[in-house]
Parts: sequence; C-alpha cells; structure tokens
Amino acid sequence: MTPRVGSATLALVVLGLPFASFLLLAVVRPLRRSAPAAAAVSIAAVLGSLLAALLTMRGAAARAAQQSPSTTWSWIPGDGGPMATVGVMVDDLSMTMLLLVTLVSFLVQVYSWAYLHDEPRTSLGRYYAYHSLFAFSMLGLVLAPTFLQMFVFWELVGLCSYLLIGYWYDRPSAARAAVKAFWITKLGDLGFVAGIVMLWSATGTFDFWTLFQMGSQGTLPIETLPLIMFLIYLGAVGKSAQFPLHVWLPDAMEGPTPVSALIHAATMVTAGVFLVTRAFPLFLLTPDLLTLVAWVGAFTALLAASMACVESDIKRVLAYSTVSQLGYMMAAAGAAAPEAGFLHLVAHGVFKALLFLGAGVVIHVFHTNDVFRMGGLRGRPWIWLPFVIGTLALSGVWPLPGFFTKEAILAGVFDARLGLPFAMLSVAAFLTAFYMFRVVCLAFFAPPHHAGQAHHHVPGAMTGVGWLLAALTLAMGLRQVVGGHHETGGPGWLPWFSLALAGGGILLAWAMYQRRAIDPARVARALGPIGWMASRRYGLDALFGGLYRGVLLALARLIGWLDRYLVDGVLNVLSAWTLRAGDRLRRLQTGQPQDYVYGVALGTLLLFVLAQWGLR
Amino acid sequence: MPLGAYLTLAALVFAIGLFGVLTRRNAVGILLGIELMLNAVNINLVAFGRFHADLTGVMFTLFTIAITVAEVAVGLAIVIVIFRVRRTVDADHLDLLRG
Repeated sequence: MTPRVGSATLALVVLGLPFASFLLLAVVRPLRRSAPAAAAVSIAAVLGSLLAALLTMRGAAARAAQQSPSTTWSWIPGDGGPMATVGVMVDDLSMTMLLLVTLVSFLVQVYSWAYLHDEPRTSLGRYYAYHSLFAFSMLGLVLAPTFLQMFVFWELVGLCSYLLIGYWYDRPSAARAAVKAFWITKLGDLGFVAGIVMLWSATGTFDFWTLFQMGSQGTLPIETLPLIMFLIYLGAVGKSAQFPLHVWLPDAMEGPTPVSALIHAATMVTAGVFLVTRAFPLFLLTPDLLTLVAWVGAFTALLAASMACVESDIKRVLAYSTVSQLGYMMAAAGAAAPEAGFLHLVAHGVFKALLFLGAGVVIHVFHTNDVFRMGGLRGRPWIWLPFVIGTLALSGVWPLPGFFTKEAILAGVFDARLGLPFAMLSVAAFLTAFYMFRVVCLAFFAPPHHAGQAHHHVPGAMTGVGWLLAALTLAMGLRQVVGGHHETGGPGWLPWFSLALAGGGILLAWAMYQRRAIDPARVARALGPIGWMASRRYGLDALFGGLYRGVLLALARLIGWLDRYLVDGVLNVLSAWTLRAGDRLRRLQTGQPQDYVYGVALGTLLLFVLAQWGLR
Repeated sequence: MPLGAYLTLAALVFAIGLFGVLTRRNAVGILLGIELMLNAVNINLVAFGRFHADLTGVMFTLFTIAITVAEVAVGLAIVIVIFRVRRTVDADHLDLLRG
C-alpha cells in the first residue's frame, strides 16, 4: 500500500470543531445549563468532525516515500529556526485514527443522551463539554507531528479521563478512582516527558518526520537512544495500562458506561499503542527494548485475562479484557509487527465500544453491574445479539475482524521467534473466549435472577447505536474475507490454532455456565492458588495502594510538617519578635510634650558635638 | 562691647528658656519659655546685623517679633481650649500622644 497524505486544512477542521463546541459550552453558561442544547452542539460538532475526517480520508493523495506528511508552523522561536513547531501530520495512521475517534465519539455521545437521561439536566452540559474537550484532545494527539505537541494533547486526554471518571464526583469511589487513574498515568508520563526532553537535547528536534529521517540515515545518537526510548515507552505503559501500571483501568469503570466505552476502551487507552506505532521507526533502532515491549505486552495480556475470569462486575470484566487486548497490541508492536497491532487497535476500538455500550444496555435493564444478578434475556435478541457479535469478534471467531487481527498478531509474534510470549498470548486468547462467554451466558442466557425487571424499556438510541456498531464490526470482518486477503505470515496451522483456542474457550464457558456440566466451584478449587490470587488481583492494587499511602502520603505528611513547623515556624518567630520589639519601642512614646523636647534638644546637642569633634 | 558678649547673653537667655520649657508643668509657663528662646534668637540676629553692618538681621528680627505675637496668640488660644476640655493645663496630664 502506497503511503498517502491528507489535506491539512480538513484535518484542522476535524480538530477545530470539537474545540469550538467545547469553548461554546464552557463559556456560554445558559447553553451549558440547558441539556438538549449542549448535547446538540456537542453532537453536531463531532458529526461535522466525522464528516470532515471522511472527506480527509477520501481526498487523500498518494505521496512519495521521501515526502513529509506533516504541515507545521513555528511555535517556540529559537536561534537558527524554531525550537518547537506545531502542526498536523495527516498520514494513513492518523487518518484512520481520526475516523475511529470521531465515529466512536459521535456514537457514544448519541448513546449518552439516552443513557444519562435520568441525570440532573444541568450537569449534562458539563458532561458534553468534557466530551467535546476529549474529542479535541484525542484528535490533536493523533494528528501531532511532534513529540512535544503529542505530549500536550497526551496530558489533555489524561485530564479529560480524570474529569469523566469523576463525573459523579459525589461518589467517593468515583472520586478515588479518578485520582488513582490520574496518579498512575502520571507515573508513566514522567518517563515520557523526561524521554522527549532527552531526545530533544540529543537531536535538537521534536519532529517525528525529521527524527525518522535521521533514524534511517543512522545519525541518531545511538548510545542514549535505548534509555530515551525506554522512558518514552514508560508513558505508553501508563496510558495503555500495561503491567505493572494497569491497575488504574479497572477502577476507571466508576465513570459512566459511555465514558468507559469511549475513553477507557476505544480511544484514549490506545494512545500508548498509537505512540509506539507512531514512533516505531525509532523503536526499531532499539531491538532489545522491542523485545521487552513484547514480553510486557504478552504478560499483561495473560495477567489481565486471568483476572477477568474471576471478576463478577460486567464492566470490570470488559476493562480487564481491554487491558488484555492492549497487551496484545503492544506485543505485536514489540514483535516488529506494528501494523497488525494497529489493525487490532482499530477493530478493537469498534467492537469493544460495542461491548461496553451493550453492557450499558444490560446495566440499564438490571440496575446492577453484577453478572450473577442478571439473566433471562434469551427472548430479547435485539438486546443480546449485538453484544454476542462483539463477543465473537473479541474472541476471534471467523469471519469477524478480531479473528484476522489476532491471527496477524500471533503470526507476528511467532515470526519474531518469541516463544514464551507466543504461548502466553495463546493462553490469553483461550481465556478471552472463556471469560467473554462466561459473561454472555450469565448476563443473558442464565435463568432470570428475580422476576419483574425484564420489561424495563430500553431507549431506541441505545440499541440503535449497538446495532450500528455490530453492523460495522460485521462489515469490517467481511471486508477482510472478501477484499483484503493479506499475507499475515506465520505457519499454515495458525488460523486453525487460533480458532481452536477461541472455540475451546467458548465451549468451556458454555459447559460451565450454561449446561452446568462442570461445577465452577470445583474448577476454582482445582486451580487453587491462581484463582485465589487472581481474585485478589495478584496483590498489585494493594501494592500500589500501599506505595501510595506509604510513600506519597508519607512524603506529603513530611512536607506538610516541614511547611507547618519549619517554614511557618520561622515566619511565626520573626513576627513574634517584631511584635515584641514594637511593644518595647512603643513605651518610648510617652505622650509628654516635654519628653519630645528633651529628645530634640539632646539630638541637637549631639549633632553639635559630632560636628565639632566627631565627624572629621 | 565685643560680639562674644552678645552671643553669650543670647546663649544664656536661650538656655534659660529651654530650661523653662523642659521643667515647667504649666502650659503657660512652657509658652513663656518658648518666648525667651525666640528672643535669644532675636538678640543673635540684631548682634550679627550690627557687627556686619547689615540691616537684614534687624529686618528678620522684626519678622520674628511679628510671628512670635501670632504664635503666642495661637498658643494661648490652644491652652484655653485645652483647659476648657480637660479642666487642666498641667503638661503631665496632657499625654494623648502616648503610644
């Protein structure tokens, strides 16, 4: 496929519309306080963005391999050319992301209108303002032609994530989850910012294209490059919830379900994968780091999948599944097959949004997140069918897109001769099919938990969006079947192997939770310590909690003590001394006129004496 | 008589006036002390004018006398007002400026 370049103007339109909507909602108070108007503005803006993104994709022209896809303007002036530039980089990667982000944003915003219908009307404007800001930030992130600009938008999406997780800020758990997400991703961002600053001081540029050119000419400073790229990779670890910084993502499910669908499944969490894909020519220069990326990714995929198997909160299962799939994408990038990872990113963005929005429908029906308290929806296929299509896609069943992308990733990892990561990813694929069908069986097909809830009305916008995404998932899969028959590499048995993994997982889940042929409790006993540890999240949350309390809060307390008793203490002593000195000096002012005359007379005498004998 | 004699006289009168200002408890007495000090200055001015054969000193003395009259008039008025308000003109009790 020849590289293409899109119109920078159109890309700026894509970027500008959500920003304009955010400004409107943020500044014009009556608009923000009126829910329908705010929603209309935000949805119209993102729809305009979607259309502009489609036009960008359609009008993209082929470009020569040496032609830069970036359009930049100088930002920070410096000696001999600008120190930093801003602009847009409209290549295939960012155009695809533009489409994905605007499409999912649009659908989620429409869905939110129905889902959050019972919310206080005045706070919905705030919700849509955050959504507009998020769309702007995420689009800016994918369009960024420089590390610096990417970092700015990177932090902006982190802020939006924080704001939206904490949308129900009066719930202590939501507020805590928001802070946790913010802290843990910041931990990775520290590495990211240190990395780009080091890269800049070594090369003098933030620009991707310039860096790629330098990389291909072999003029990058090789000694420090592994460290720099490792630091940059740390940012991706935090944002894309890789082990060991994955602990924030499941807690982020405290936010509204549409937010989880958009930010914590389809778009923002994939920013880390996008970063690695974007900067892949630079990562390619550090093969050892790539191996690490693959190992961490595969381990994350397996770890998260095992935790998803014992989780009973439907959104948390999906969150662990997201972590697991992000591990897949990272593993693909680490195995030098970033296209496979990126394809999985796009496909996953669509079907995971579908799954979350489907989960939102069942949560809406049952008013609980607990899969064991759901069930009895067999007679309502318009509710479960989109979710099942998403589940099949996620499990990697032919002919849905998950099958092709997952197979491509497995092939890439196999070809890179990463034996153990390949094994871990295979087990994770099996577990993925298992835990997803566990959810499907329990939430939809199990006997109803208690009567009287199944007649709850589901708004048409919610099911409609689900069906649309399901149709899109199917279309993506069928397009792979019909048109895009690509060579994935890997051995010939791989498709059958991955199908068998998916089928095995599905069968096991069906046997355990539908036929009840195998008692889940017995399986749990047989697995013993692993199940016990997985249900306690391998102690990692506790570890981070302990670190937070032990290190961060202790440091805060120490600094607080220093501030209160050392800094303030010095000031307090000084002011006390001043007061006491003033009190003493006050006594000089007796109010007796004659005392003042004494002062004047003695002072004059003193001056005379000094003039006569003192000052020579 | 030499200039020194006049200056000595002026210094003596000034010192007596200052002594009066510092030691009198009565406000009227303090005003009298001030008068003495001013007149010591007048003696100085006239003496220097005479010895330098310059009339400026005498001129200044006339000004000073006129101003002294005004000062005494204002000062006595203040003392009377203070007496009306506080029923005393004893300087020890006039300590409104005490810090």
